[in-house]
Amino acid sequence: MKLRTLFLTPGAMVMLSLFFLPLLIVLAYSFLSRGPYGGVVLPWSWESYARIIDPLYFAILWRSTWIAAVATSICLVLAFPLALYIARASERKTLLLNLVMLPFWTSFLIRTYAWMFLLRDTGLINTALQSLHLIREPLPLLFNTGAVILGLVYGYLPFMVLPLYATLEKLDPALLDAAADLGASPAVAVWRVVVPISRPGMIAGCLLVFIPCLGAYLTPDLMGGGKTVMIGNLVQNQFTTSRDWPFGAAISLLLMGMVLLVMRALGDKGEELL
Amino acid sequence: MQTVLELQALTKDFPTHRAVNGVSFSLAHGEFFSLVGPSGCGKTTTLRLIAGFEEPTSGQLLLDGQSVEGLPAYKRDVSTVFQNYALFPHLTVAKNVAFGLERRGGLASAEITEKVARALALVHLTGKEARLPNQISGGERQRVALARSLVLEPKVLLLDEPLSALDAKLRKEMRQELKALQRRIGIAFLFVTHDQEEALSLSDRVAIMNGGRLEQLGTPQEVYRTPKTRFVAEFLGNVNWLGGAGVRPEAIRVSRNASSGGRAAVVEGQTFLGNCVHLATKLAADGSLCTVEMAQQECHFQTGEAVYLSWEAADEFRTP
Repeated sequence: MKLRTLFLTPGAMVMLSLFFLPLLIVLAYSFLSRGPYGGVVLPWSWESYARIIDPLYFAILWRSTWIAAVATSICLVLAFPLALYIARASERKTLLLNLVMLPFWTSFLIRTYAWMFLLRDTGLINTALQSLHLIREPLPLLFNTGAVILGLVYGYLPFMVLPLYATLEKLDPALLDAAADLGASPAVAVWRVVVPISRPGMIAGCLLVFIPCLGAYLTPDLMGGGKTVMIGNLVQNQFTTSRDWPFGAAISLLLMGMVLLVMRALGDKGEELL
Repeated sequence: MQTVLELQALTKDFPTHRAVNGVSFSLAHGEFFSLVGPSGCGKTTTLRLIAGFEEPTSGQLLLDGQSVEGLPAYKRDVSTVFQNYALFPHLTVAKNVAFGLERRGGLASAEITEKVARALALVHLTGKEARLPNQISGGERQRVALARSLVLEPKVLLLDEPLSALDAKLRKEMRQELKALQRRIGIAFLFVTHDQEEALSLSDRVAIMNGGRLEQLGTPQEVYRTPKTRFVAEFLGNVNWLGGAGVRPEAIRVSRNASSGGRAAVVEGQTFLGNCVHLATKLAADGSLCTVEMAQQECHFQTGEAVYLSWEAADEFRTP
């Protein structure tokens, strides 16, 4: 066997056994019928796919999409100046990057509970505002769509910062001098030069944030209090409480299809620029 | 001649060192002025101070008689051609050239298009408007950078080693073109280079910098033929130091004839340099070494041969 082939083998085995085969199983499930206590039984059927057209599920799909899009946009707006600052910082670059990645040192679940502790009616923020007599009733900070978006932005912000930083770090500082030299104020220079040049990084960051946000289930479950149902929660429900595995499998595949479409749309533009 | 740019005791301190130390000079309208010196001598920092990318620690900068203190780079009426051109990679050649005009505002798009076309014609780039910077050659990029600055008709064009990224042959061609262009448009050029040949061949006046200070200022002939310091003498060319006086190798004549009145010397060897030959000699009087530059055809001396060296008194210079 050639060395090249040998090097490929471990990765290929992992992808085949842990990704491709399970995916085939999910695909098969989606075309089977629902078992009485969960699981799947024969006969083969299209029914799960037919049910997705229901306006109820369409509403969930739509909600997931716009929540993920809003969270991604907020991440982009927050991450861009941060990434630019870090990329242009002469010293302390490593420290700043480590601070961006610091949240990864502990579990996402624990961090989400920490947010709940801050936001709930008897949480730190409401208690503090009440004891300062700024508000009488606690503010509804938790268990709503806003809380879900906050949780998603918090959780996925680093995934936007890092690819943006990677692009901005390579930006030739002389380009900013040149822009200033030609009469562009710093803000105009950022908008006309830095933003267009860092588009590949933006696209990468948006994909890295949008995709997990679209399929998120932990954040809407905990911070949305089950009131803001997203696709991830719907899938989870089918495999647990609803015991409708074929339908769960069908929605999972639909989610995957949506992600592929987004990647196609953004990916083509990204390649044009490169 | 009317002054367009004046530097008065300009000084710039960085945390670790003083990069520019009390530099004063002025540029006349339409002048081709070179700032030359070894790397780290402060010439690029001086240029950046004029462009407004750095603020001076002390000293004054006057543009058309007005102080530009505190005026940010984007409001200064000077323009820079950067060492690596710093063209915007995401914009076409035409868009790069239009960038500065668009920032000005108040120009109709037809007017911008026309000015861009004229600027590109000036640097012989008509037809390349739609190309991206990575789709044209190094020499063409250089011209785009020139057009991008010249289209703004700045009071002074600052050029930071604009030829150093080009290969040797192209560099010589562009040198001639740059000179011709400057004569045609009549904008004052402040040209920064570490290449003394470039500085001497292009400039109306040359300023030699060393260690943040301005060592000497004058026409190319003045600074080359009568350098005021040892540094200037050695930076601008080869020098033979003979008893406190300096003589350029090409100013020395060699003869086998004692009656020529020259100093007695012995030939030690020769080095072929393509366009000329360097003859290494040793003076009989004090044993000091003296290099003579001559054409290959004139060099018929053998190693160990006794010769006599002579030169005009005017070709001799003294430095403190």
